Amino acid sequence: MDNIIIAKNISYTYMKGSPLEKKALDDVSLTMKKGEFAAIIGHTGSGKSTLIQHLNGLLKPDSGELVVAGLETAGRDLKELRKKVGIVFQYPEHQLFEETVYKDIEFGLLKQNIPDEERARRIKETASILELSESILQKSPYEISGGQKRRAAIAGVLVLEPEILVLDEPAAGLDPAGTRELFDIVTQLYREKQITVILVSHSMELVGDYASRIIVMNEGRISHDGTPSEIFGLGDELEKIGLGTPQISKLMARLSSFYPGLRKDVFTVGDAQRAIMEYMRAGK
Amino acid sequence: MIKNITLGQYLPGSSIIHRADPRTKIIITVLFMVVLFIVSSIWALLAAFACVAGVFLISGISFKYAIRGMKPVLFIIVFTMILNMFFTDGTVLIRLGPVRITEEGLILAAVVSMRVFLLIASASIMTYTTTPITLTDGIEKLMNPLKKVKFPVHEMAMMMTIALRFIPTLIDETDKIMKAQAARGADIGSGNLLQRAKSFIPVLIPLFVSSFRRADELAIAMEARCYRGSEGRTSMRVLKFNRNDVAIFSFFCIICAGILLIHYLI
Repeated sequence: MDNIIIAKNISYTYMKGSPLEKKALDDVSLTMKKGEFAAIIGHTGSGKSTLIQHLNGLLKPDSGELVVAGLETAGRDLKELRKKVGIVFQYPEHQLFEETVYKDIEFGLLKQNIPDEERARRIKETASILELSESILQKSPYEISGGQKRRAAIAGVLVLEPEILVLDEPAAGLDPAGTRELFDIVTQLYREKQITVILVSHSMELVGDYASRIIVMNEGRISHDGTPSEIFGLGDELEKIGLGTPQISKLMARLSSFYPGLRKDVFTVGDAQRAIMEYMRAGK
Repeated sequence: MIKNITLGQYLPGSSIIHRADPRTKIIITVLFMVVLFIVSSIWALLAAFACVAGVFLISGISFKYAIRGMKPVLFIIVFTMILNMFFTDGTVLIRLGPVRITEEGLILAAVVSMRVFLLIASASIMTYTTTPITLTDGIEKLMNPLKKVKFPVHEMAMMMTIALRFIPTLIDETDKIMKAQAARGADIGSGNLLQRAKSFIPVLIPLFVSSFRRADELAIAMEARCYRGSEGRTSMRVLKFNRNDVAIFSFFCIICAGILLIHYLI
């Protein structure tokens, strides 16, 4: 598999040369393969959002080199880059502006000069994936519910069929059911279209459930990078930088002190269930 | 994208100018502007320039930062300079076809551009060294006499406080929306004039909507805390003139007198 993202020692400073200067990225190097489902975690101000804004050239590194989908992000061809990298920002529903949901989803396609038929087909397909009915599509984005707004805004990015989909706290402000629904959609897309997904979150539960790789950021640097079991195995080290392990992992750690032999490297409820069942069967 | 506008932002510090009473700073800034309009000799303006530079030094704000903040208004300065340079009658120095540069034009261009530059620089010292909240406190106190003629001073000051308070929030918001739309392929601010104006729609509409939402939320929050205007309200920070202010004020008077003297004597 090819590396779709190659970052070499990138650094970025906000408000350079002013007293309010803030180093947001400090010598970050990272490679990501095509078709990965990675999560970036870190507490507020750790540089997560700055890093993802580099991926489609919204920000350009002060130093270092960043190649995404074969394109230099510091290069001129931003249009091509942004076609390939779709970013869903935090609270994406704040960017809705058209008269109808349909027109809002169409916005990016029109900017890319996609022909009429293709446009209609893609919007229909995306709307069905995100469960936006025909009647919602014809409504104003200001009169539908919060969850529907969120999905409409995400549709506006997905309809561009990006190769890399970046989601910045997509579940913020959604109820648990809405969150599950959204993540099931993303997982389904990930499997069907074989896109690369980058999820930014500080919900350890979600990250443990869906991502196959976790990148931990702290003070503008990548402090850890590995599979969920490797990362959550760190335990205390994560707590030190203001992040916790999923609650179910904590529970399993406690349980295993009473029942030696019970698996500890568990971070989803489903896995925990399986581990306990296994333990009980082995005990018999 | 839009975050590079730094003119008028408060920069924390502890210099004598930071600590001065906002009323002192407001009065001095206004008086200094009056002086700038009175003087028209280049020497007097140069003296004023030296004073402003001195104040920047004392306040501890880097020149580099201040100049960068002024970039957006540089256009206006250059524009007035060019207008004055080419359209003033007098002794011709250089003539190129219909275009001619006169001695008077050159001097006037220098004077006008210096004046505009100094006006902005002196006002920006005030905003660089004073938090918006203290600034409006100062304005409210200074306008207090107007209450006698039933002018809603407190309400005005409250409006200013809120407006100033929300500038950074709105800038953040604009930046976020611009980025989100750019990520969807919008080119904001490119093409011809009509296209450019149109390209701002995807930014302005969400911005309006969120501003109204914010205003509504703020109104509810204020009412929930029983806010009902100025009647009988006391202030958390009571402004007081002290020795520091007297010193600054006397020093300022001497400088002004010096500048005016230069103007009238040379």
